[in-house]
Amino acid sequence: MSTFKQTLRQLLIYKSALIGLIIIIILVGISIYAILAIPYDEATKLWRAGEKYWLESPRNALPSWINIFSSKKMPETIVLDTKKPKPGVSKAIIPVAEKFSNIKVEFSFNYEYDDFPSEINIFFESNHTASVPKLTVYWVKPDGEEIILANLLISKDDRYYISNDEKLARELKNIISKKINKTIDYEAPITLLLFAQEDAGILSPDTVKVMKGNYKLWIDGIIFETNVNLDAKLVVYGKVYGWAGTDHLRRDLGIALLWGAPIALSFGVTASVSIALIQMFIGAVSAWFRGITDNIVQRITEIFMVIPFLPILIMISTFYKFNIWVLLVVVIALTIFGGGVKNYRAMFLQIKEFPYVEASRAYGASNLRIVLYYLIPKVLPTIIPSMVLSVADFVFLEAALAILGLGDPLTPTWGKIIDDAYSNGALYKGLYYWVLEPSVMLAAASLSFAMLGFALDKIFNPKLKEI
Amino acid sequence: MSERHLNIKSLVMYYRTLRGEVKAVDDVSFSLPKGETIAVIGESGCGKSSLAKSIIRLLPRNVSVYKGAVLFNGLNLMDLDEETFTKEIRWTKITYVPQAALNSLNPIIKIGDQMIEPLLLHQKMSKGEALERAAKTLKAVGVNEAFLHHYPFELSGGMKQRVIIAMSLLTNPELMILDEPTSSLDVLTQANIMNLLKNIKRELKISMIFITHDVSLSSELADKVAVMYAGQVVEFSDAETFYKNPLHPYSQKLMESVPTLRTDKKLGFISGSPPSLLDPPKGCRFADRCPFIFEKCIKDPPIMHLNEGFYAKCWLYEKE
Amino acid sequence: MSSPLLHVENLKEYFEIRRGLFGKRGYVKAVDGVSLTLAGREAISIVGESGCGKTTLGKTILRLYEPTDGKIIFRGKDITHLGWKELKWYRRETGLVQQDPFGALPPFMTVKRILEEPLIIHGIKDRKEREERIYKALEGVKLTPIEDFINKYPHMLSGGQQQRLVIARSIILEPKMIVADEPVSMLDASVRIEILKLLQDLQTRYDLSVMYITHDLSTTRYFSERIYIMYAAHIVESAETKELLVNPLHPYTRALLNVIPDPDPSNRFLIKEVPTGEPPNLINPPTGCRFNPRCPNFMKGICDAKEPSLIEASKGHYVKCWLYG
Repeated sequence: MSTFKQTLRQLLIYKSALIGLIIIIILVGISIYAILAIPYDEATKLWRAGEKYWLESPRNALPSWINIFSSKKMPETIVLDTKKPKPGVSKAIIPVAEKFSNIKVEFSFNYEYDDFPSEINIFFESNHTASVPKLTVYWVKPDGEEIILANLLISKDDRYYISNDEKLARELKNIISKKINKTIDYEAPITLLLFAQEDAGILSPDTVKVMKGNYKLWIDGIIFETNVNLDAKLVVYGKVYGWAGTDHLRRDLGIALLWGAPIALSFGVTASVSIALIQMFIGAVSAWFRGITDNIVQRITEIFMVIPFLPILIMISTFYKFNIWVLLVVVIALTIFGGGVKNYRAMFLQIKEFPYVEASRAYGASNLRIVLYYLIPKVLPTIIPSMVLSVADFVFLEAALAILGLGDPLTPTWGKIIDDAYSNGALYKGLYYWVLEPSVMLAAASLSFAMLGFALDKIFNPKLKEI
Repeated sequence: MSERHLNIKSLVMYYRTLRGEVKAVDDVSFSLPKGETIAVIGESGCGKSSLAKSIIRLLPRNVSVYKGAVLFNGLNLMDLDEETFTKEIRWTKITYVPQAALNSLNPIIKIGDQMIEPLLLHQKMSKGEALERAAKTLKAVGVNEAFLHHYPFELSGGMKQRVIIAMSLLTNPELMILDEPTSSLDVLTQANIMNLLKNIKRELKISMIFITHDVSLSSELADKVAVMYAGQVVEFSDAETFYKNPLHPYSQKLMESVPTLRTDKKLGFISGSPPSLLDPPKGCRFADRCPFIFEKCIKDPPIMHLNEGFYAKCWLYEKE
Repeated sequence: MSSPLLHVENLKEYFEIRRGLFGKRGYVKAVDGVSLTLAGREAISIVGESGCGKTTLGKTILRLYEPTDGKIIFRGKDITHLGWKELKWYRRETGLVQQDPFGALPPFMTVKRILEEPLIIHGIKDRKEREERIYKALEGVKLTPIEDFINKYPHMLSGGQQQRLVIARSIILEPKMIVADEPVSMLDASVRIEILKLLQDLQTRYDLSVMYITHDLSTTRYFSERIYIMYAAHIVESAETKELLVNPLHPYTRALLNVIPDPDPSNRFLIKEVPTGEPPNLINPPTGCRFNPRCPNFMKGICDAKEPSLIEASKGHYVKCWLYG
């Protein structure tokens, strides 16, 4: 125990080790938080749920902290739901006659952002049985102008993608063009047309400005049955979301970033530690017994060393799509007879000649006891640095495999985010955060282990120690 | 005392490590007439090798204190700048055979080429001239000159040590510093090397500083003896006095622990272990192992001069 | 002295060497036909220079190597070729003290753990009993107060203390015989005698026999009753200590005795007569007497022709030299 404290004290002399240690502690903290806040099952469920679950979040949204650094205030998502009454939401169903009801829904919200929303959708939920409710949707701009957006016949579980309504887009364009006496000759999205100031600025996407103020969307309609309840939900999708943004499937990247930490750490640490321990054991056995055991182990090692690791891994994972933990086992299995065995064997060949090993034979220690209690403990401290260093390697390996499309598609990992970003042209579309966030996490994780590893190396291998 | 060839006065050398300052050489003084040999005797870690390195100015990188005077033929070597020292003293007038030097021969360079390197470097000799000198010196130490064209691995340990000694003789030095020159050699080979050193001393009149932990062996060469303990010279005597009647209690106990072949005696030993040079005791450094300890020993004893410049660093020899 | 504790007869230990992949097979004949006996509570010395095979002899007797030929009989039992399981009993009856005390101690174990290992291996399950024996052993080697040492690691001890710990470990199983291989050559002069006296003290206290392997003839006279001189894998002379030192017969022994100095200021005026050359390598030793190329008494046609046999020159004084046969 006192040697542990001593090592720690020596370690903290190195600034790099201190920084590395702090980052590792932060990563471990994040991991613990992730596991407690979003249990693994829930996290994977969220990640695999697809777009249905993520209906209320915008697609490819930037992280919301971007607003701190930018003078232009990016819109957040506004959700107004008749099931969750709050100021600005009202619903009234008034029976007019037998088998007739009039429904009136009104959503009003303040829009004070400098950019246009990314999408606008309305979701309906109705429990009618036979006759379909008929609704008219109105849009009221802050300047009081009212436009009919659509006349709809609603099925039980229906939605109206306002921002995808091309007919409406043409109509709106015409209305605005008439008003300002000039034609809008670019493909203006509906979100722009609905929220723009109707002046000369609208003629170019570079000069168009948001009309700030109170917007209203109201629905007027008729239900042809009694005791029918109809709910509507308006979602004005923003351009920023959460602390991490979203991906092409509207998923919150935060979940993957958080969960990436425990997965990367456990993958890296498990792979590194188990490979080191198993290789060390094999090396020790090989060196201690020599003869035929040594021969067999050495030949197997040589075979494994010439087998190209990555192609084999790619092959296996193309044939069998497996999850990350199976991948971990495969990586370990492919590495336990790696070059490390030869290094450890060389170390043990030296140690085995140490007088204390001879002494242990003289008082009758068994072969297994010598390997486990006399050879391995001698090497253990000297390999801790490389063990710590290789954690970084395996974190990277997992990410690299994911980027190559060989990772676990269903588990939220940093590598998987980069893979998604890459295959969806994130950088081409200017969605830099999508690549940047997981990359920073990866870099931080591997850098921290590398810094700690190098410092440990200086302590455990005094040849490197400066006076 | 004008014939004093080497005169070391209050030489101090400390160096820093992660664990603190090591007081490796702490106020050492002695003198040596020309052509004589002083044996520096002490246990491992007492600072005897550091003393040698301080004289020839091969200091550790992290040296923190280095002061005192090394007078060589009246010239204070400490006053010389590094360049002059390298050019005129080190490897020319004073040569140094470090511990286990025989293992430091470069295995892939021929003996001859290794030997003449300092001659080409420091004395600007031509290669032919240098090789001739090397051959002559090798012959003098009892190695066939044909070995000039051999590689070190073709030589036995004793031969290598002879080559090393030949190398240190090449420049006709006035003083040789030998650090445990026979420590890894067999008894018979060791005796052969001692014979060689005796011959060198007798015929070439070279002064030597002979550093060893072996009291018996030291008597093979020593005219003067300096006993080191915990970084200090605790006794400086001539051979006749030291081997018959050592003065300092440490020397006496050390002598008691030397087994003899020819005479019967009761063997003794010193219990305990020497103090750490990181933080030596304030008073006499031998006090807690000394059989004669008394009140005064809590203070650091000064050098008590006896006759002819010899001394003991012990309160027992305080003159009234 | 009806039956000796240890009887070694014509023991040979050859190590196979091969130069290159297809090179000729050769043998380093490290021990080549050594016989000796060790009585109960007796101390003998094996004296020789480095590379003469004395260390291999000790290790082969302890069965750390498989003997090539010959016999090792311990307490009447032939242990020459016993397997690992049957040897467990022998391991308990013997102890080893090595040259380098720091190297002989596992650096990652505490003093307590180091001493506990042999006890665990030999099936002493009771924790209390183990502890008692550890305390007894530490007291035996005077590593006291025990509490100061028991939880320390080897590097925290001085060289002398480390060697005492090694000795404590070698006696903790209460063996009958200890092989001490250069036990003091790496220690400082002032503590050497202390360690040797400790061994001597333990010898009488525990009824031990000690085989003291050394290159230093001068200490043997204080610590052993019989000396075996070894040269190039052979025992060339053996006698009671006093007899051997007063009346050395073999030219090699004489040379050794001649060159070992006692502290004496007159030494510096003497040039000693020393045999030149170096000991032969043990792959291709010289024919005849192995000392013949260096021998001052070399007789051509005799010494280089046939190997002399070990003959009893006077009672209990054996020598392997043509001068006496």
